[in-house]
Amino acid sequence: METRLTRELMAMRIAQELFDGAIVNLGIGIPTLVSSYIPEGMTIIFHTQNGALGFGPVVTADELEEKADIDLINAGGQYVTPLPGMCFFHHGDSFGMIRGGHVDITVLGALQVSEKGDLANWMFPERGVGNIGGGMDLAVGVKKVIAATEHVTKKGDFKIVKECNFPLTGKECVDLVVTDIAVIEITAKGLLLREVAPGWTPEDVQKLTEPRLNIAPDIKEIQF
Amino acid sequence: MINKVYDSFDEAVTDVPDGAVIMMGNFAGPGGFPLNLCRAINAKGVKNLTIIANTAGGVGLTVDFDDHRTLFENKQVKKVIAAFPFSTSPSRPTPCEKQILAGEVELEIVPQGTLAERIRAAGYGIGAFYTPTGVGTVVEKGKEKRTINGREMLLEYALKADYAFVRAYKADKLGNLIYRGTARQFNPVMATAARVTIAEVDEIVELGQLEPEAIVTPGIFVQRIVKITKDEGFPRHLERSFWVRPGS
Repeated sequence: METRLTRELMAMRIAQELFDGAIVNLGIGIPTLVSSYIPEGMTIIFHTQNGALGFGPVVTADELEEKADIDLINAGGQYVTPLPGMCFFHHGDSFGMIRGGHVDITVLGALQVSEKGDLANWMFPERGVGNIGGGMDLAVGVKKVIAATEHVTKKGDFKIVKECNFPLTGKECVDLVVTDIAVIEITAKGLLLREVAPGWTPEDVQKLTEPRLNIAPDIKEIQF
Repeated sequence: MINKVYDSFDEAVTDVPDGAVIMMGNFAGPGGFPLNLCRAINAKGVKNLTIIANTAGGVGLTVDFDDHRTLFENKQVKKVIAAFPFSTSPSRPTPCEKQILAGEVELEIVPQGTLAERIRAAGYGIGAFYTPTGVGTVVEKGKEKRTINGREMLLEYALKADYAFVRAYKADKLGNLIYRGTARQFNPVMATAARVTIAEVDEIVELGQLEPEAIVTPGIFVQRIVKITKDEGFPRHLERSFWVRPGS
């Protein structure tokens, strides 16, 4: 059994997609970890849908007494720290930034991603109900949408599928999928396997992926 | 002589009737939530309310507190319009969730950006607008769809309320408001979109004590102001500023 990437390693790989000055919105879970792996010297402006740009790292457990403030939180409810140049704005403006194409990158979790880049991440059908939150706006509005997810479910079901059968968050909106075994680009010609986790072959990855993967001519191992 | 200041929260909500449509600022915790106005409505016991908020109560991710979950617990709500109505833990459903699943409360689920924009449209006299959010999803159902500049969009209608319960930081006596940090969220858009906007604030100041450049909600939108006097039960740090100057 090959080793799969940990959540931290996935976050580390996703951080390689960031660029200097990028405006980035991070979802809860694996996406939040990405903020820990920003390359040295790179300036990232974080956007949170609840109305702040340019805030700093999450307050650590030992700093809570000194720094935690209910009036400075991110979308996941974590306390964050202020930075010079930070600004605040209301929900109309926040979602205007998102929907209006002003945010460069968002990293979202996924329940399913289809061959065409459809994203399903807000409801398990068997639960019957779910929360939409800001996910649908992020999916259609942000310039580059990165889906971060385990490659298959705990039961071994496909998460990268021909067609999503879970309720959709957005159609044809995902640009890149980073999983615990692969990096896959969504292109007009279908899924393109760009990178595999150390010790994994393209064939291994194909076995765990429902649609056919095109193999990039320069396919390589994920590097850290 | 304009006097928008009310001496108590109970007085400020005296005329809220059964069946009222009420918007409340709300996002992941007590910051920006009109806690005392909500308590006043809960105590008043008005029924068959339509609540418009980001969540349906009981989904407080920062600290546990009595948000609008209390209105559901007290069976005061007939309908909720929200973006994030359910618990993040399926094993721990909120009162609202149970009532929705039992068919006792009607839910209209709206993507958060669409919710903000529908409210903003109502405040600004726009009847309806087109947005790409929700195309191809359940949100599309029953809605007019149009292709605009090559992009499919859904027609969404303005959403207004009878009352907007807004939480702000400081108000002057004309109802000009400033906010604090991420507590701002829905509050400024909701403040524009109700027949009666009531602002719950930490401080009420004299005219001229708020810098004109700094005012976020012009008082034209605000009808009533009430100052918070009771301890809210969780730490506040109003003495701290979020403004980090260069070189500090």
